[in-house]
Amino acid sequence: MTDTLKDPLTIADKAFMSRLLIGSAGYSNNQLMLDSISASGANIVTVAIRRISLEGGAETMIDLLAGDYHILPNTAGCFTARDAVLTAQLAREALETNWIKLEVIGDRETLYPDGEHLLQAAEEMVADGFIVMAYSTDDPILCRKLADLGCAAVMPLGSPIGSGMGVLNPYNIEIIRAQLDVPVIVDAGIGTASDAAFAMELGCDGVLLASAVAKARDPVGMAMAMRHGVEGGRLAHLSGRIPRKRHAEASSPERGVIGS
Amino acid sequence: MSATISVNGVEKTATATTIADLLRDENVDPAVRFLAVAINGAVVPRSKWDGAAIKSGDDIEIVSPAPGG
Repeated sequence: MTDTLKDPLTIADKAFMSRLLIGSAGYSNNQLMLDSISASGANIVTVAIRRISLEGGAETMIDLLAGDYHILPNTAGCFTARDAVLTAQLAREALETNWIKLEVIGDRETLYPDGEHLLQAAEEMVADGFIVMAYSTDDPILCRKLADLGCAAVMPLGSPIGSGMGVLNPYNIEIIRAQLDVPVIVDAGIGTASDAAFAMELGCDGVLLASAVAKARDPVGMAMAMRHGVEGGRLAHLSGRIPRKRHAEASSPERGVIGS
Repeated sequence: MSATISVNGVEKTATATTIADLLRDENVDPAVRFLAVAINGAVVPRSKWDGAAIKSGDDIEIVSPAPGG
């Protein structure tokens, strides 16, 4: 039997026990965020980099998370490679980490990545010594280019950010997983635990989600569900599903049925 | 002597001549963890905040981690 404790997610030579990566945004209060992240079992927690409020004090949420989790800053909200690179450099200074979740958004409505700027930013960041985990569309060519540029992980969307529509193109996700040598993490679109399990059953190395937990009626409960979904999906992938058939095949033996 | 600068997108007149002084003027403790500063698109390492000069027209960003996905 596969032991999940001996099946870590390894990114850039660093091993993580959990294959679920979770965001820190969208919670109604910090305690709910902490309880939900704890319940998820995640090791990697994403944060954004934002201008501090000059009216009030600095945000304190990071003080609550740092030390207990591997903090993964993102470049969310950036529309150009230039802004993404500067945000990554600011994140490196603020958090003393060279890990970055690279996002370059092309459109406010779909929040789809801008492939041109994404590739440019990835190239600059890798050259600047960053460990880049790139949020991408589910385009196998774009994902392969990101891996070829040296990204430590490629993170195709299941469906648009926050949409909760799950994995809309499982065929592309399977192609991406098959073509790349780096971890493939489905990032965005997960709505419920079965979506996370499905992504893992497709062979993905991990799942990154935020809204599905933070905006659930019971975030802590959904965080637990996601944890089990990811673990179940991973085990199912490793254990091998039976082939699909068009007709039934009895599981109980046919010999010895009374009246035969 | 004062300089017209932009701090986090807001134009203001600053009397501070260094990043460290500017942070204090903005009621931000320069010793607090998880802060980063950029001037005109270039990150200024924390170790240089005391000496990093501010001049008129500078575009200064002061950032910190925030909830994100």
